[in-house]
Amino acid sequence: MMCERRKRALVAANSAPRMPSHVRLQFDPVRGRYAVLAPERVYWPDDIAFDILKLCDGERTIAAMSATLAAEYAAPVETIEADVMEFIQQWMDLRLLTP
Amino acid sequence: MDGFAPADAVTADGAARAGPPLGLLAELTHRCPLQCPYCSNPLNLLKAADELDAREWLSAFEQAADLGVLQVHLSGGEPTLRTDLEDLVSALSARGVYTNLITAGVTLTRERVARLAGRGLDHVQLSLQALDAEIADRIGNTRGSLAKKLDVARWVREAGLPLTLNAPTHRHNIGQAAALIELALELDADRLEIAHVQYYGWAAKNRAALTPDYDAVLEEAAIVGETRERLKGVLNIDYVTPDTYAQFPKPCMGGWAKDVITITPSGKVLPCHAAEMLPLPFDTIAEKALAEIWYDGAAFNRFRGYDWMKEPCRSCPRKEVDFGGCRCQAFALTGDAEATDPACSLSPHHGLMGDLAETSAAAPPPFVYRRIGQG
Repeated sequence: MMCERRKRALVAANSAPRMPSHVRLQFDPVRGRYAVLAPERVYWPDDIAFDILKLCDGERTIAAMSATLAAEYAAPVETIEADVMEFIQQWMDLRLLTP
Repeated sequence: MDGFAPADAVTADGAARAGPPLGLLAELTHRCPLQCPYCSNPLNLLKAADELDAREWLSAFEQAADLGVLQVHLSGGEPTLRTDLEDLVSALSARGVYTNLITAGVTLTRERVARLAGRGLDHVQLSLQALDAEIADRIGNTRGSLAKKLDVARWVREAGLPLTLNAPTHRHNIGQAAALIELALELDADRLEIAHVQYYGWAAKNRAALTPDYDAVLEEAAIVGETRERLKGVLNIDYVTPDTYAQFPKPCMGGWAKDVITITPSGKVLPCHAAEMLPLPFDTIAEKALAEIWYDGAAFNRFRGYDWMKEPCRSCPRKEVDFGGCRCQAFALTGDAEATDPACSLSPHHGLMGDLAETSAAAPPPFVYRRIGQG
């Protein structure tokens, strides 16, 4: 009868995060910006958060995402990767991303 | 990431400039198979003949989406009593609006849950009266509701929909927080709301029967606080404490007419589902466009910004945190809708809250059940 209990997902450099099917990143034409629609919540990612979220396709690893963003932002990949991992962990804790 | 960002701005002189609304609470009907004594519907319940038809709801939803509404909460009464619910979900889904079904569950079948999911429903919020079958039936004045709700929860997950369990809390079920959390995990719920009853309308009528003891609230808060930390990333828990023992009021609705529109079963447009009790000139969607009601309606502009406030709110820095609290509670307890919410310890009427808690501490009277014509 007891089902297997969920565990807190912890981020790693080889995680390939994605949004679960009930969470949507969607452009809002009225406000002219992207919104994240989730159960009983709306989140407004800023530009950096949006750049990370659009790479969360379930295939790209955090390492690969960080390399892309390091090139885009002309910043050291180690710094970017640490920031990305922290962001992804926060969003996984909100249950807005799955590993 | 700036979370649930406020969608409007306030000008330097304190007058409000409304931004677009984020959410619409669509009360499709007041009909309900349960008769919970804390129902958030007004005392004067509407009958089926008073309800908007599907065409009128579809027009309201189109206008809401054009206006910037991103989420529609399909509620009631019991929204699944509407046979046109599937068509409403389809239309909202086609507009990219996030749909949330707020249901007591007892009228649902496995097939209908699957059908609603197929039409594009995004999320289900299922109410739980209590985790004890006898208490659950006594609260809803019904039979066999708990077992049915547990089935519905499983059908929701089986259909691939995320589930929120919503447990309205009061003295008859306050000891169940730990068990609720266990159940939420067992049913694979995404979220759990442990929300104390708000005492207006039916709940105000039943206040003495529902108000929990202070010690029980403290114990519950400790359990929720500890569990939230332990279950970080596993279960989202929303916890709403009772105003009865509060030091400061809640930021009711995140501010008056700031993010949310409520439409009643007959098409009256409100800034919150309880606001109908206030002596304000509310518009209906039959008479005016939703955009006009939201931006220019007298009722919607009545408590926007800070200019309407009296002391102690007017000069209080907390006004930007809690917006003076709940207008409905202020009006219900003081007769003045502009007064500081008596839940605030700075309110000259704050003593009322303590008096109300004391009258409730004696043996609880029987429930006055929610019924059409009983208000």
